[in-house]
Amino acid sequence: METLSAVLVEPFVAIAEAPMFFFEVLIGGLLSGVMYALVALGFVLIFKASGVFNFAQGAMVLFAALFFVGFIDLGWPIWLSLIVTILVMILLALAIERVVLRPLVNQDPIILFMATIGITFFLDGFGQTLWGSDVRRLDIGIPEDPLIIAGLYINQFDIYAAVICGLLVLGLALFFQYTPTGRALRAVADDHQAAMSIGIPLNVIWAIVWTVAGIVGLVAGIMWGAKLGVQFNLALIALKALPVLILGGFTSVPGAIVGGLIIGAGEKVAEVFWGEVLGGAIEDWFAYMLAMVFLLFRPQGLFGEKIIERV
Amino acid sequence: MSGVQQRESAVQRKRQIGEVLLAVENIGLRFGGVQALSGVSFDIREGEIRAIIGPNGAGKSSMLNVINGFYQPQEGVIVWRGQRLRRMRPHFAARSGIARTFQNIALFKGMSTLDNIMTGRMLKMRATMLEQAIYWGRARREELEHRAFVERIIDFLEIQHIRNVPVGRLPYGLQKRVELARALAMQPTLLLLDEPMAGMNLEEKEDMCRYILDVNEEFGTTVALIEHDMGVVMDISDRVVVLDYGRLLADGPPEAVRRDPEVIKAYLGVPHE
Repeated sequence: METLSAVLVEPFVAIAEAPMFFFEVLIGGLLSGVMYALVALGFVLIFKASGVFNFAQGAMVLFAALFFVGFIDLGWPIWLSLIVTILVMILLALAIERVVLRPLVNQDPIILFMATIGITFFLDGFGQTLWGSDVRRLDIGIPEDPLIIAGLYINQFDIYAAVICGLLVLGLALFFQYTPTGRALRAVADDHQAAMSIGIPLNVIWAIVWTVAGIVGLVAGIMWGAKLGVQFNLALIALKALPVLILGGFTSVPGAIVGGLIIGAGEKVAEVFWGEVLGGAIEDWFAYMLAMVFLLFRPQGLFGEKIIERV
Repeated sequence: MSGVQQRESAVQRKRQIGEVLLAVENIGLRFGGVQALSGVSFDIREGEIRAIIGPNGAGKSSMLNVINGFYQPQEGVIVWRGQRLRRMRPHFAARSGIARTFQNIALFKGMSTLDNIMTGRMLKMRATMLEQAIYWGRARREELEHRAFVERIIDFLEIQHIRNVPVGRLPYGLQKRVELARALAMQPTLLLLDEPMAGMNLEEKEDMCRYILDVNEEFGTTVALIEHDMGVVMDISDRVVVLDYGRLLADGPPEAVRRDPEVIKAYLGVPHE
């Protein structure tokens, strides 16, 4: 009875007693959820356009961040490092298309998935061989002291991250919706054969998608790198993106955003108000549990397409 | 159509039909142990409506897939405008002006009618991705030009009312029409239609026939179509190819093919007299 009350009643009493504190936790969670969404977005882009689950997305985040911070440590200005890193990600996308995807065209998705595991090991190894495996501090000049808005303490860095992520998503959405290339990308995602029949070259489209995913990975790498330092751990953040994808659906850009927000807010609120009762550190596993519950009741995610296969 | 008109249009058609546009020579296509096509040769002349008929599994769709490069035959040659090719590639076919529709409708279901048709203009666009991204100069001008062209096709096929509807939500007959519109947006030289009238009611079939004839007559577009409705085939085609078990059974004008005893035995299944 006591345990039950500690789980079901007391946290809500605590929330009701200190609503301002609750909102601070909630907003902090939502803002960090944006960072998860950023990583999840890279997965969604590639999965949508080619049906490949890109296991290497986390490695791409680390790879991009390593190059970026490496150039900055060489004394290059931020804008130059950014441009050169984007060029590196474009080259990487072209190389992956040429060396990995093209020879495997028309193979089962599981084979392409295995290939992306290979890409993961290559990127992790190659990036750290070039730039070393020390933790590097990345300072891109975003202030970290808290802001007070309407009486709420909010981390300024998180706000910047959210705004940057928002702009990125808005840009991508407009690009996908209104440009001919975006239209071609959506066409390929919808029906490969029909896309080929009107002369859309699949390999060019794949190179573009991997480039965009690489650039999204770069932004995620910079934001996470500025928060945690650039280190091997960045590659593991991709694991946090998995529950986000399960919640939001693998094929939906808005799903990645909403999924990220729910996971981010959910785990912070759970940690602060339920953590003590359940033995603490529930932030580490809360997302995965939530994903598991989702898998039981809504396996296609919130916004994913329901796939009905006829037998 | 009155008798006089019919004769006039027949004369006109003869004049319209020109040189060989595409020829397939001795095409052999295997999937593992299954011989889908063997030794098939025929040609398609500029400006004509060419029908490909045959029972289910005769290799008609495979033939279209060979022509636009989805399948690569193990034997034979494809002659496109005098150029002898071992095989086609889909991208090359599309660039050379070969457009097609599919038996099971291959539209981009999540996109609107307008967007679907606009994808047909892809190859005509010259602006770079960067120009597109900032919607500047050439990209802006191009988009407006192509949009105007697509609006003409929409008018022509009378699908104005579904311009902004996602095609996944449209009824079957209209989806077929949007698919035709997307193919027309490519301004094709050769239009391949895989059962354009399958599953349609009489009225929809008549509309579709009229569109195909109009496209052929007004734009001089060469049409090769697979169709099961014999009435339609006999009415609109200039020449008919008959396939059976992956082999060429007959080739000639509709009246001749209809009287061919082999065709009757294999396909129509009615004993002659």
